[in-house]
Amino acid sequence: MTAERDIDAQRNVFLEALLAIDRLEVRRLLEELVSEISPVIMVEQLIVPALEVIGERWEQGDVSLAQVYMSGRICEEIVDTLLPAANVQQQRQPVIAIAVLEDYHMLGKRMVYATLRSGGFVVSDYGRIDTDNLVARVVRERVAILLISVLMLPSALQVKAVRQRLDAAGWRPKIIVGGAPFRFDRQLWQEVGADAVGYTASDSVGLVTSLLEASA
Amino acid sequence: MTAMTSLERVLTTLGHQEPDRVPLFLLVTMHGARELGLSLRDYFAHAEYVAEGQLRMAHKYQNDCLYALFYAALEVEAWGGEVILSDDGPANAGEPMIRKPEDMRTLKAPVVETSPVLGRVLDAIRQMRARSEDAMPIIGVVIAPFSLPVMQLGFEQYLTWMYERPDLVKQLLQINAEFAVAWANAQLDAGATAICYFDPVASTTVVSREQYLDFDHRLSKDVIARIKGPVATHVASGRCMPLLDDFAQTGALAVAVSIEEDLALMKQKVAGRVSLLGNLNGIEMRRWTEAEAEAAVKAALAAAGRGGGFILADNHGEIPFQVPETTLMAISEAVQRWGQYPLDWVSNER
Repeated sequence: MTAERDIDAQRNVFLEALLAIDRLEVRRLLEELVSEISPVIMVEQLIVPALEVIGERWEQGDVSLAQVYMSGRICEEIVDTLLPAANVQQQRQPVIAIAVLEDYHMLGKRMVYATLRSGGFVVSDYGRIDTDNLVARVVRERVAILLISVLMLPSALQVKAVRQRLDAAGWRPKIIVGGAPFRFDRQLWQEVGADAVGYTASDSVGLVTSLLEASA
Repeated sequence: MTAMTSLERVLTTLGHQEPDRVPLFLLVTMHGARELGLSLRDYFAHAEYVAEGQLRMAHKYQNDCLYALFYAALEVEAWGGEVILSDDGPANAGEPMIRKPEDMRTLKAPVVETSPVLGRVLDAIRQMRARSEDAMPIIGVVIAPFSLPVMQLGFEQYLTWMYERPDLVKQLLQINAEFAVAWANAQLDAGATAICYFDPVASTTVVSREQYLDFDHRLSKDVIARIKGPVATHVASGRCMPLLDDFAQTGALAVAVSIEEDLALMKQKVAGRVSLLGNLNGIEMRRWTEAEAEAAVKAALAAAGRGGGFILADNHGEIPFQVPETTLMAISEAVQRWGQYPLDWVSNER
């Protein structure tokens, strides 16, 4: 059987195991495949697509945030332990950072971080941070892609100040925003000067990939 | 039809009859501070300011309720948790108060009668009641036992515990349930007319229906049965279509609807059994023109207004501070203009 057939055969089983939050089954499936399929293919063709399907189904109201969160965490753990070689592929990537801006709600950022790690990206986690410190750090560390997660509307509006301050400092990273205010107002991301918006955590892999390709 | 008082209007619609017009619950918690020229910190520090702010908002926008929500994190403040005040939005819960399973051993619910922060809310309700007589519904607020752990544990730890330590979650929910009953009844005793039971975690946006049934359903049914007044369940912008019958079984008289759901379909499913509250988009509202506000009001009235059983409100239970007063006024004027029963214009425009 070819590697592609192996993955095709396992895709639905893997998805169902993730949705059932069955860590042992997920691990067993991947351990079976890891001897025959490269970690990068495993990430790109099995793990990321599964998280994307879960994200789409959440957006449609068919799965819960709890399932999105837990499945992302399971995949993150697996990529960190079972498939560490996958990360090597991303070592030369531009600097990617993620932050929760002027907000105290960390879940969204954690979900996006887990999804990007599952996709094999190396991400600097700035945690909760205010505008001054975020701008200073992004400039100092020459961040190319900045993901900003918020829950509260005032925090979402604060992204505009981040963009203006970065412009004034002469540094223009690509900014990807996400969080409830951006879901409920689909024009808000443009208003605050972001380059892209993610409506689910799993959108982040595709958005980061396309922004990296566009700037290559 | 002779104009009704706000209370008559609301009771009629909750009885699934058409009142004189669709009731408006403009759930503004912060705009009263601006009206009084106060910072949010000063405003929420004094019961008399909140009471005055609510009364002025009700008068200004012909609102059909006074709203006793200060901010959701207030309950955590009462439990001794960290709360971070803000100048431009509601206060937030800070670091979780329960960081590891052992913290559960010493956890005690606040005593409503001796809690200064809860006392401030009760004072505000008493003052609203004294100054509004009985014609104006006062809406008290409790966070449901199943939703409070987001602030007690932090969302990540809470979701993880649901899968890995359901025993601890259930233990916490029992403690929270006793508090929720005591807190709701204290507000009713102080003069609140009804309780808004905020349970966003119950939403199918957050957990599966199976998890809701496992952790929350029977508990909320018990809590609501012990609350000595009418209860509306609010899932704060989350989806709840698959839970409508479950919510009805808990004894909730009304349910709030998300902008992400089909209000007309929801009405069809529960007409005559459960009233609906909703579902204006509070986030988009910030940039609505007056024409857009009017169109949004008309759309909601057309979807769910006929036959009563409907209260016009935002879909989150708290209108952002950034929504301009001109928009609030446009919403108010639109419901005065288009919300008069019978809503004959709905058929004409179809």
